[in-house]
Amino acid sequence: MSKTIQKEEDRTVLTGEYFTTGNLAAAEGALAAGCKFFGGYPITPSSEIAEHMSYRLPQVGGHFLQFEDEIASIVSILGASWGGWKSMTATSGPGYSLMLENIGLGIMTETPCVIINVQRGGPSTGLPTLVGQQDIQQTRWGSHGDYEVIALAPNSVQECFDLVIVAFNYAEKYRLPVTLLMDETLGHMSEKLIIPKKDDIKIINRKKPKDDPSSHLPYKADEDLVPPMATAGEGYRVITTGLTHDERGYPVLDAETQEKLLRRLINKIKKNKDDIILLEEYKLKDAELIIISFGISARASKGAIELARKKGIKVGLLRLITIWPFADEHIEKLAEKVDNILVVEINSGQVTREVQRAVKGKANVHGVLKHGGTIHTPEEILSEIERRVK
Amino acid sequence: MTSELLKAEEHPSDVFLRPGRIPHIWCPGCSLGSVTNVIIQAIKQSGIDSKKIAIISGIGCTGRAAGYLNFDSFHTTHGRAIPFAIGLSVTDPERKVIVISGDGDLASIGGNHLIHGARRNADITVICVNNFQYGMTGGQVGPTSYEGQFQTTAPYGNVEHPFDLPGLAYSCGATFVARWTALDVRRMKETIIEAILHKGFSFVEILGSCPTTYGRRNQLREGLEILENFRKRTVLQHGADPTKTEISKDGPIIVGKFVEIKDKSTLTDNLLKVQRIAKATKSRGL
Repeated sequence: MSKTIQKEEDRTVLTGEYFTTGNLAAAEGALAAGCKFFGGYPITPSSEIAEHMSYRLPQVGGHFLQFEDEIASIVSILGASWGGWKSMTATSGPGYSLMLENIGLGIMTETPCVIINVQRGGPSTGLPTLVGQQDIQQTRWGSHGDYEVIALAPNSVQECFDLVIVAFNYAEKYRLPVTLLMDETLGHMSEKLIIPKKDDIKIINRKKPKDDPSSHLPYKADEDLVPPMATAGEGYRVITTGLTHDERGYPVLDAETQEKLLRRLINKIKKNKDDIILLEEYKLKDAELIIISFGISARASKGAIELARKKGIKVGLLRLITIWPFADEHIEKLAEKVDNILVVEINSGQVTREVQRAVKGKANVHGVLKHGGTIHTPEEILSEIERRVK
Repeated sequence: MTSELLKAEEHPSDVFLRPGRIPHIWCPGCSLGSVTNVIIQAIKQSGIDSKKIAIISGIGCTGRAAGYLNFDSFHTTHGRAIPFAIGLSVTDPERKVIVISGDGDLASIGGNHLIHGARRNADITVICVNNFQYGMTGGQVGPTSYEGQFQTTAPYGNVEHPFDLPGLAYSCGATFVARWTALDVRRMKETIIEAILHKGFSFVEILGSCPTTYGRRNQLREGLEILENFRKRTVLQHGADPTKTEISKDGPIIVGKFVEIKDKSTLTDNLLKVQRIAKATKSRGL
């Protein structure tokens, strides 16, 4: 027996190459980001994330709790976040609907956390086991009141891993709940995943206050409009409320305080758009027609672009990795170069209408839309391309 | 003498009240001020490091308590104090998380979380101030309103039967259950100290006075009348069977410490146990 004290093995980052699903990749990404608490409720097609977290979190000194519903789940992760632990939940559309009121609480109290929505077809119970991309606008506007959000959409198993880390980084940096918009196909399909070395993963942690607790103003923001965040037990006498509050965190129910608080909560995202917006440009340089897409639909779009280019039609793709905040300025510039933009998505035009708004009439915008149950085939998209370049 | 008293700059509870937050919003005759003071005294006398105390409230009159108290304090959404408390409590086994909220918040919109929090034997203390109706929204009937009680949404008298909160908490798995009226300040304080120090889910119901939206619709115009009515009807019965403590319009109000179970594993115990097992388990890969 060795007499030296064995240092506990660090099992947060399972560096290596794997063949696995989007759901498992997302769970591993969360662990790599430092997530220590998961509160969730079973729902297809996201349940494998909860199952994997229940297996993995106790190994790394974290806790997994299955709650009585999605409302308790989202609220529990807000509580854990104020305890100083990075926290997350995973769900699908119906569960996300139930979480929305308390996502608003997370925005108002500036609580970092991550919500994964593995989207399925809706509305209502809809298509529990089949793909959809119908929660784009629910993510943006679903909670009551005015606010800005951050939402990211991966398009591969590798990106499920990578972007959940980015989601945690944004949550910590800008202090708000960040949503990862996956979908059923991505959650359940298997492909290669490379988990890098721990040191090669960029992690951002919340800013901590450095001032004296007795004079500390918990909601006084720095220049980036984000206040440093004390957590419970540090002596700062943390205060949170969903009510409109001043820099002390005290409820002040008047128009002036509301104006000041909301402007800051909105602007801390709006004014940092350049940092938050991630895009992929694919064969755009010579493109005569542009496809804008995201998530699994962007992969079908790439297939269509190959088919089109074989036929001599120059098509390119703008893939929205960050869905919210929306890439208005970037899209407007692209619209100046082409007559037609196709938006490929599995819903009735939730991103299409955003693109229409962003282009300010500089190009014609056409939705290539499905309502869920299956992804587009490249051939379907190709026929739309051919219709528009005639 | 009087002027000297008025000049006194520090109330014994001041150190645990957030500077600049008093006066509170509660009505004259409401018992929430004195209940809050009792809670402060109980926390003080429990000997727990104030850094390790966290107060969680939902929404409603009682829900405002968190914002006045100078501990880590969290004013959450309607009904959701308990899951917030659970998420916060498991991040530090030494943290004492106390939920202070009303009957409408905890037993109606938050009822699901109350029963499951008790089932888990989560390491939190829940202090429920029961004023028999929804005060802040103007006096609507609630889950603890007795049959025949008059409220703004029960103009002909309540047609439903009430929850008996100690019975509910006990039957769902709470390991510490007590009830006092707002009049029993000394016993309430002792009980709250015990509840905070208890390992597992402790539930304390405090029957409060709300003259503004309950009393004046039910022949109890002043706060004092409500408390006098409590005094007349109160029967002290420690160890009472919590399935037989239901409150009716005129019947006896059984108060006391009903339940204290010490040997049941708590949620935190079990989570830490699972960590030990998991850490010793070889990874199965992805």
